[in-house]
Amino acid sequence: MKIGVYLCECGGNISKVIDLDTVNKFVGTKDSIGVARIHSNMCSGAGQKLIIDDIKKLGLDKIVVAACSPQFHEKTFRVAMEKAGLNPYVLEIVNFREHCSWPLKKQPKIATEKAKNLVNIGIEKVRLDYPLEKKMFKMENRVLVIGAGIAGIQASLDLADAGKDVTLVEKEASIGGKMALLSKTFPTEDCAACILSPKMADVEANPKIKLYTNTTITKTSGHRLHFDIEAEINPRFIIPKIDMDQCLSCKKCEEICPVSVPNEWEQGIMDRKAIYTPAALAIPFKYLIDKENCLHFKDDSCNKCAEICPQNAIDFTQKVEKLKFTVDNVIVATGFDLIDPNLKPVFGYDRYKNVVTGMEMERIVDHINENPPPREVGNKVAFIQCVGSRDKQIGNEYCSRVCCMYATKLASLLKMERPETDIYIFYTDIRAYGKGFEEYYKRAQEMGIKYIRGKVAEINEDPDTNNLVLKAEDTLSRKIIETEFDLVVLSTGLQLSKSSDTIIDSLKLSKSSDGFIKEAHLKYRPVDTLIEGVFVAGTAQGPKDIPDTVAQASASAARVIGTLAKEEFEIDPILAFVEENKCDGCKKCLPSCPKNAFQMNDKNKAVVDEALCVGCGACISSCPQDAIDLRGYSNSQIIASVEAALEFKEKDEYRVILFADDAATYRLADIVGVRKMFYDYNIYIIRVPSGSRITPKLMTHTFIKGADAIMIGDNVKKSSAFPWSKKMTLENIEVVNEKIKKSGIDGERIFYSEFSSGMLQEFITIANETVKTVKKYSKITKEKLNKLKEIF
Amino acid sequence: MPKKFIIDKKSVDFFKKISELSGEIITLCDQCGTCSAGCPVIEEMDITPSQMMRMVMLGDEDVMESKTMWLCATCNTCTVRCPRELDVSKVAEALRQVKLRQSMDKLNIDKIPKEELAELPQIALVAAFRKLTS
Repeated sequence: MKIGVYLCECGGNISKVIDLDTVNKFVGTKDSIGVARIHSNMCSGAGQKLIIDDIKKLGLDKIVVAACSPQFHEKTFRVAMEKAGLNPYVLEIVNFREHCSWPLKKQPKIATEKAKNLVNIGIEKVRLDYPLEKKMFKMENRVLVIGAGIAGIQASLDLADAGKDVTLVEKEASIGGKMALLSKTFPTEDCAACILSPKMADVEANPKIKLYTNTTITKTSGHRLHFDIEAEINPRFIIPKIDMDQCLSCKKCEEICPVSVPNEWEQGIMDRKAIYTPAALAIPFKYLIDKENCLHFKDDSCNKCAEICPQNAIDFTQKVEKLKFTVDNVIVATGFDLIDPNLKPVFGYDRYKNVVTGMEMERIVDHINENPPPREVGNKVAFIQCVGSRDKQIGNEYCSRVCCMYATKLASLLKMERPETDIYIFYTDIRAYGKGFEEYYKRAQEMGIKYIRGKVAEINEDPDTNNLVLKAEDTLSRKIIETEFDLVVLSTGLQLSKSSDTIIDSLKLSKSSDGFIKEAHLKYRPVDTLIEGVFVAGTAQGPKDIPDTVAQASASAARVIGTLAKEEFEIDPILAFVEENKCDGCKKCLPSCPKNAFQMNDKNKAVVDEALCVGCGACISSCPQDAIDLRGYSNSQIIASVEAALEFKEKDEYRVILFADDAATYRLADIVGVRKMFYDYNIYIIRVPSGSRITPKLMTHTFIKGADAIMIGDNVKKSSAFPWSKKMTLENIEVVNEKIKKSGIDGERIFYSEFSSGMLQEFITIANETVKTVKKYSKITKEKLNKLKEIF
Repeated sequence: MPKKFIIDKKSVDFFKKISELSGEIITLCDQCGTCSAGCPVIEEMDITPSQMMRMVMLGDEDVMESKTMWLCATCNTCTVRCPRELDVSKVAEALRQVKLRQSMDKLNIDKIPKEELAELPQIALVAAFRKLTS
């Protein structure tokens, strides 16, 4: 083994505090040092060239660079090593600048001593480093879009345009979603069907889109970029038009069917038959039989449709068809449901005939010019805003964002068709935030629609006339309004569709506090989810109008296209692995992994699915055989680091090992350094992926090697990539604490903290306090350590 | 003519006092008026419950002269309907407390005619004393 050690002056940032010559002399005392050099700027081209030349000429096989934080130039030096033909993972960066020369700027002597210890850690760890290979996963072009509302339609069309193979799955018999049910759209008053149907037809005609309607996703498994999907296609009981053109949509069956039930598409204001097409503009335009209501399925008493069909297209024996396929990315566009208006019993939706929801009003307005219209509206109509949203009583504090404008639209459309109708909108706040919304609101006011600022407290029905007496305060005039209306429209809010739940569970997505699907970052990753390879579009992520939905759908499609453009997906080789000969097949690791990355192979040995493993190290403490380890942060490497950090500890000295998670605590210590803020120099920072990586065994070893206390720093749960770490770490700490107590060692000696990047002062206080506390304890004697060893 | 209202230390202190006594976050009131419209004794009130909330938020001590807080029967219809889960009756109770601490009894038993007193249910008298007298 030939180790090259490079000490960087960092243009004086390091060398003006740390006496690098002293450190260099110390390095010379270590074994297997091939070369040790001091350079003014290791990250410069000249510095990198130095490493490359040394590797080639001197045959170095391990590299230690003592310079700035690894977050700045670890990658730089890895690339340099690759250029010289060395594996980039046999590198250790010693953080001289942020963790030593800057915080100890005013104590150069102490800094120099600490620097010796730090470089010692690097050298001892690098001895155990071994080449790692980057893991590459191949990706193809397959995308699943769940839900064929306007969000799913837009995303699918964009993806198909980019040449992706799209599978679009819709649980209803027709695509189009909620938009297809709307009369017109605000604020432009385009007819919803007119602007949606061409897109629906495009979906059906596009050869890159495989469309499954009447189909539900039952199971998804797999990982980041390889999802195995299982679905069930519910039977329509009609033989499709394949080669033989069986069903010709001649309507004869529909005409003869004796069963009439409320039409869901029309929100129940009209009826349909038990054999039907969902709507005139349904895509695919195919008949289906509603098994729940069909007399043939009920008691075999009717066979009329099958008898009359000239094409023999009816097949009552069709069964659920199972579907299995694999995709690389998923877009979840499962949309919304209206909040149940019965959650507000004071409005009497289930009791009063003339109380309708906004969605029912869409259909009523859409058919108002028919003669006679399926439903009359009367002369006096009231809209009640914020039904189900902005209401703590039913647990929905959020604003549904579209109700102000859809009520304004429905009121305007009604006023245009029936100018004599007196229309009132009872509101708490009007939110006309979108493009053209305020102007649209003003136009409605111009038309004579009266906006009353007050929420309706209750509705009572006159049982003779079915008219509704509504009570509200006009909070602007402070008058109590108690007036009779012919029709009351509840502007019901939006909530995540119930059918989303199985998909959320199956894909392991999270919900935000409003109950909608949680995005990876509200501002910067708004269409990514917390699961890699799964994106979200439309109202499944939160209430939004059509323009926002379409924009978000295109955004999620663009994210998928960007992800799949790489063809291969590279993951860091810092992954867990199982030593097969040690594994006894006890399966304890299986539940320990939050990502379900462990599987048993045919020899009943645990194996890690590397595409699922995120390298947190939480599994390691679960294995009673010590068969699991983590590449790059192995047990032996961490023990070597700890041992090196404590090797030169004087008898009267106190040292605290801080296991700092890479994402937050280590970087926070960097920022503290950048600000030149002092904290106790007896703290030795060792980088780990997460707190849960530190097993009880490692903690015990840390004491045996001579540490006086252990600090473990984790990322705050809220922003952590490993949110499970805290719970697991605290459990591990509990195990060790008990053993410490038994061995007679006094005081609390393991300290767990959660950090985020802004907690500079907290970091310093906790660090200083820990050392102060530990100094009050008695020294850990050899006898007690021996006892601890024994207990362990 | 609308009265001019000046927000000063006095008004802010009044708001703080009522907030503290009621334990309610009065600034949370959205002024939706649900409380007023559902109140069973609204017809007897001179200002509506939501108006009372508004005046307290402003720190307008004129609210102390209104009948509303005395008419509140603590039936809690407003409380169970408030979309912000505020307890309006607690604010009315806080206002009553402030008034009662000035030791001005709303109910003077001597002034009630004997005949009427004989007719009144005892429980009503007890309740009225509890609510209106310190």
